[in-house]
Amino acid sequence: MMAAALGVDVGSTTCKAVAIDAAGRILARAVEPVDPRIEPQVERLLAEVRGPGGGALPVGATGYGRKRVPGGRAITEITCHGRGAFACTGRPGLLLDLGGQDSKAIRLGPGGQVLDFAMNDKCAAGTGRFLEVILGRLRVPLAEVAALAASAEAAVAVSSTCTVFAESEVISLVASGAPLPGIVRGLHLSLASRIASLARGPGAAAAEVFASGGVALNAAMIAALGEQLGRTVQVLPEPQLVGALGAALAVLPAPALNA
Amino acid sequence: MIRRARYHAARLVAPWLAALQGRRRRRPPNPHSPFGPPLEATRKLKELMTAHYFEGRHAQGAVPVAWVTSGFPVEVLRPLGFFALYPENHAAICGAQRLVAGLSDAAEAEGFSRDLCSYARTDLGCALTGRTPVGRLPRPDLLCACTNICQTVLYWYRSLAERFRVPLVLVDTPYVYGEAPAHHLRYVRDQLDELMEVAGTIARRRVDPEELARVTRLAAEGSRLWGECLDQSRNRPAPWTGIDGFFHMAPIVSLRGTEACNAYYRLLRDELADRVRRGVGGLRQERHRLLWDNLPIWFWVRPLATLLAERGFNFVCTSYTSAWAEAGRRVDPADPLGSAAFAYTHVILNQDLRNRLGILRRLAQEYRVDGAVLHSDRSCKPYSIGQVDLRERLAAELGIRVLLLEADHSDPRAFAADQGENRLTAFMEGFA
Repeated sequence: MMAAALGVDVGSTTCKAVAIDAAGRILARAVEPVDPRIEPQVERLLAEVRGPGGGALPVGATGYGRKRVPGGRAITEITCHGRGAFACTGRPGLLLDLGGQDSKAIRLGPGGQVLDFAMNDKCAAGTGRFLEVILGRLRVPLAEVAALAASAEAAVAVSSTCTVFAESEVISLVASGAPLPGIVRGLHLSLASRIASLARGPGAAAAEVFASGGVALNAAMIAALGEQLGRTVQVLPEPQLVGALGAALAVLPAPALNA
Repeated sequence: MIRRARYHAARLVAPWLAALQGRRRRRPPNPHSPFGPPLEATRKLKELMTAHYFEGRHAQGAVPVAWVTSGFPVEVLRPLGFFALYPENHAAICGAQRLVAGLSDAAEAEGFSRDLCSYARTDLGCALTGRTPVGRLPRPDLLCACTNICQTVLYWYRSLAERFRVPLVLVDTPYVYGEAPAHHLRYVRDQLDELMEVAGTIARRRVDPEELARVTRLAAEGSRLWGECLDQSRNRPAPWTGIDGFFHMAPIVSLRGTEACNAYYRLLRDELADRVRRGVGGLRQERHRLLWDNLPIWFWVRPLATLLAERGFNFVCTSYTSAWAEAGRRVDPADPLGSAAFAYTHVILNQDLRNRLGILRRLAQEYRVDGAVLHSDRSCKPYSIGQVDLRERLAAELGIRVLLLEADHSDPRAFAADQGENRLTAFMEGFA
């Protein structure tokens, strides 16, 4: 199968690249921690996903580093996540893009168009970075987070949503003998409540809730979000790649898309 | 005597000097610009405002000087010969020239909180350091604050009064829920009588009723003319941009009630009407029409306008610029003080959320907009409060896209340009 378009999502934490065919299916993917030297990394990842041979392909670029992608058409991650999500589901709903440095609530219309969005401002609380910092402090590897949180008898309340204050709050909870699983669960609930409040505006009327972004890979987070929103949160397939997929779809030549 | 002669000489040469300066600064047109041809009137605007501040440099000691809040009934001061200086307009100039951080530092060092309005911090910083981009600000003989725009002005002007050791006249306008009751208007009207007394004592003369009626007529006409300029944007394409409007509002704020102000707006209105006739737009290609709520982001107006213009978006109306065309025209030469009490009590910022929603709804419909950007202004709390509800109501009732954009009207330290750009771009992408 020939690649028809490429998409790259230069996020705050990771850099993602995909190649898609004319029908919009992902043929190849690459994910790496983002390098401060964006251009060489993007060029390498794009070469990797497109494989050898073939002519020039259109490149859609999104994420914080989208303007640094050589030859790419820059599109915001809000539009790309919306587009990628709709390609996965074909249904309207509320999309939660749970990223490394920001979380977004995006309302998708019946045709997949972005009707409305809200995101955190000026502060990385309520994002993947928050979990990374605190879990690092607690020496809990990401692979064990979900099982640990699920094993908690009760959640320990963590009131701070500021990453810096939460870190010191968690340290004092550990020092006072609070159980680790309970703290981990409490952290996720605290974070989920922040995202849920973000979702209240755009998502109030949405029938279904979807999740994309790297943090959607964290099952403890999805469970906590479901609890806070009082609804099932459906994780999109390969959630980390949804932005890059949307970017590639946005530049896919129109006749091929109709075929 | 000498000072008065110098002041009058300055008034005479100011327009000539300003015109000379304006000619020197002309730039060649950019063929790749997304904007339509520049307005001819802009040169006159610069001349008018340069001349105004040039006059101000020589006003001290020659004529009585008042520092006045933007929503103050200035009609009472002009017949007494006051030179009226508008610290808010001056702070906007500082904001556009990105001088606010330094001036604010001076105010903060004196103990004023960074959470205060950036106009207040800028002005206090100017008063403390004497630094200004307009040469020199005349020292006030009288301070005049009206609470119809916010309560901050009360504390800000009290601080100025302490520093300059001059009287402060406060006109307190009770907040309007629905319509102002008669006793509120009487209360405001009574304060205008007091204002005439105090201002008359400082100017050493009494208000001539004929002169008061003449200035009031000029002020009403000025607001009406400004409204006619804004009205031109009801046409497609709008003949200018909302960003142009932010700059061209300077005379209706600072020179309201003068013939110079009105002459300028006749010129501007005629040019805009001519552009409408010829189909010349503020943008080369107008694709979407937007409403803007709140003050502009003075230090980011150009990047903002360009970001939007490149995609064919124009702010065809703003609640801020239209505010000066609304309340102001309600002053009436037949009853200068009574009508001023009514007009200045009913400015947009002194009205409840239901009224504000009504104003936004009407603007959105009359100017046929496809979307709205509500600037949540860190510095202007009275303007920003309620915007989350306004956003939901506008989107639901009019079926338009509405964005809440967090920024500040003049302090760049309270604004993240990349994030602002990201939100605006995503907002615009949603129109495709």
